[in-house]
Amino acid sequence: MPNTTPKVMLPADFANAPISIVRRSVNALVTVAAVGAVALVVLPLAAVFGYLIYKGIGSINLAFLTQIPKPPGEAGGGMANAIAGSVYILLIASFFGVPLGIGAGIYLSEYGRGTRFGNLIRFTADVLNGVPSIIVGIVAYGLVVLSQGHFSALAGGVALAIMMVPTITRTTEEMLLLVPQIVREAAYGLGVSRWRTTLSITLRTATSGVITGVMLAFARVAGETAPLLFTAFGNQYWNWKMNQPTAALSLQIFTYAISPFDEWHKQAWAGALILIILIVASVGAVRLVASRGMLKGAN
Amino acid sequence: MQSLITAGDSRRADAIFFYAMVACGLSVLAIVFLIVYELVTKSNLSWHAFGLKFFFRSEWDPVNDQYGALPFVYGTIVSSILALIIAVPLAIGVAVYITEMSPRWLRGALAFTTELLAAIPSVIYGLWAIFVLVPLLRQYLEPWLAKYLGWTGLFEGTPYGIGMLAAGIILAIMVVPIISSITREVMTAVPQQQREAVLALGATRWEMIRTGVLRNARAGIMGGVILGLGRALGETMAVTMVIGNRPEIAKSLFAPGYTMASVIANEFSEATGDLYLSALVEVGLALFIVTIIVNILAQFLVWTVTRGTPARGNA
Repeated sequence: MPNTTPKVMLPADFANAPISIVRRSVNALVTVAAVGAVALVVLPLAAVFGYLIYKGIGSINLAFLTQIPKPPGEAGGGMANAIAGSVYILLIASFFGVPLGIGAGIYLSEYGRGTRFGNLIRFTADVLNGVPSIIVGIVAYGLVVLSQGHFSALAGGVALAIMMVPTITRTTEEMLLLVPQIVREAAYGLGVSRWRTTLSITLRTATSGVITGVMLAFARVAGETAPLLFTAFGNQYWNWKMNQPTAALSLQIFTYAISPFDEWHKQAWAGALILIILIVASVGAVRLVASRGMLKGAN
Repeated sequence: MQSLITAGDSRRADAIFFYAMVACGLSVLAIVFLIVYELVTKSNLSWHAFGLKFFFRSEWDPVNDQYGALPFVYGTIVSSILALIIAVPLAIGVAVYITEMSPRWLRGALAFTTELLAAIPSVIYGLWAIFVLVPLLRQYLEPWLAKYLGWTGLFEGTPYGIGMLAAGIILAIMVVPIISSITREVMTAVPQQQREAVLALGATRWEMIRTGVLRNARAGIMGGVILGLGRALGETMAVTMVIGNRPEIAKSLFAPGYTMASVIANEFSEATGDLYLSALVEVGLALFIVTIIVNILAQFLVWTVTRGTPARGNA
């Protein structure tokens, strides 16, 4: 009689109860598979960077950075005009894209919160973000190249500006929303007008975050090639005119990579290394600025 | 502070500022409107010449002004699906590892690494693919696939290296970061109590991830996958550099192909006739419509999971 009462299991007993071998091995297998997936994803990254450095460093020299391309097959020459052209086109793009993007972001966070029009713009910006870059190229071609009559730096800049706007809009909005409402109210309480509050208080507080967004957009379009193919078009020589075809680093890499010349292949690697250094440097600088900024705590 | 307080007509200044910001907001709408307008008007000629049949004809002959987009549609779909087949398991594996398994110190580094993959420009992936991936495929992977899986008919013919398979693989590498970062975001949005509840019932870690996390996040993960699809469909440079650019439909993945984005990239600036240019723009219009639909669907799915949580996960 004494031993017939069923044994009461305590939580501790569950913890110590053996888990079936099948369940344990499935668990282990999945862990191994996940680690394997990580390895398979990190591998190409390491391979891309490794090759870039390995192939690129050997081909970067003073001539590469200061000279313009030599005719096909001839040794020497460089991509100086393409590097400058990329910077030129990016400056044009930023000139149009940054103010528009920040303005739209201000509208969304300061005026358009919860309104139907605000939601429409937010949605449209997200849609625009997903438009393939080659399509943006077609549009810039129709808008600028056709009306000017030839390929131009301006057309390339407009194409890249169109791609920058949605990214900057959305990050600016997000960053402004992080600024506490109380800060705005404090300014209103002092009698500061709304526009002045927005610019000198709200935007100022979120500066580092907004800059982060701008730089991310910049980095994103810096390596774009497809929208430049039939807008900036490329150029073997120097050009500083807005309405003339202009070389760009990414275009030059593309042209050289698919060419049959070994010398050009080497230069393509060197160009790619320069391009990636530009991009990583701008993203890295952003991380540095952002981590020191006022928004660190809010993030 | 005194200087901030403007006495005069601050009301008028406020109004001006408001309308300036509205104008900036409107510019976003205007851009999309311009895109649609340009694509529709410029593709009109081709639309009238071929109608809907344009997408079902496989003839692409600029010399005789005959255009059909079927090979490009086929190439775009096949290369994108191939990319997803490779990328989805990897991306979900990476996301699961980063959010649920990795030690804390490794988490940030891994997240940054996958972010970095997304920051590499398409043209650099293409360059790497031409000189590293394609030779590897030609010498090792493709002969191996032909030997063991040749009977499926998907892996036969001469292993050039360049072709549909190379395009699929490079696309996969490019979409993994997108899918895995969205998957991470939605997995982070799953409440911690879910995990604890499942673990308290005696589940192993994998059972917890499967029933407690992945099941709750599946709509969002699907959204991430579709977002990856959207990117793969519109990706241009890397694909153009390795797919072979031949408007043919072949069953074998070793064979060269062509995609919608690639044909625009290659032929747009050299298109001489009006109809030729118009046909290319129509290919662009179709690509635009498809990617828009895909992106809207993806955003909706991600939104259903992440709504109600802060916009930024901290994983």
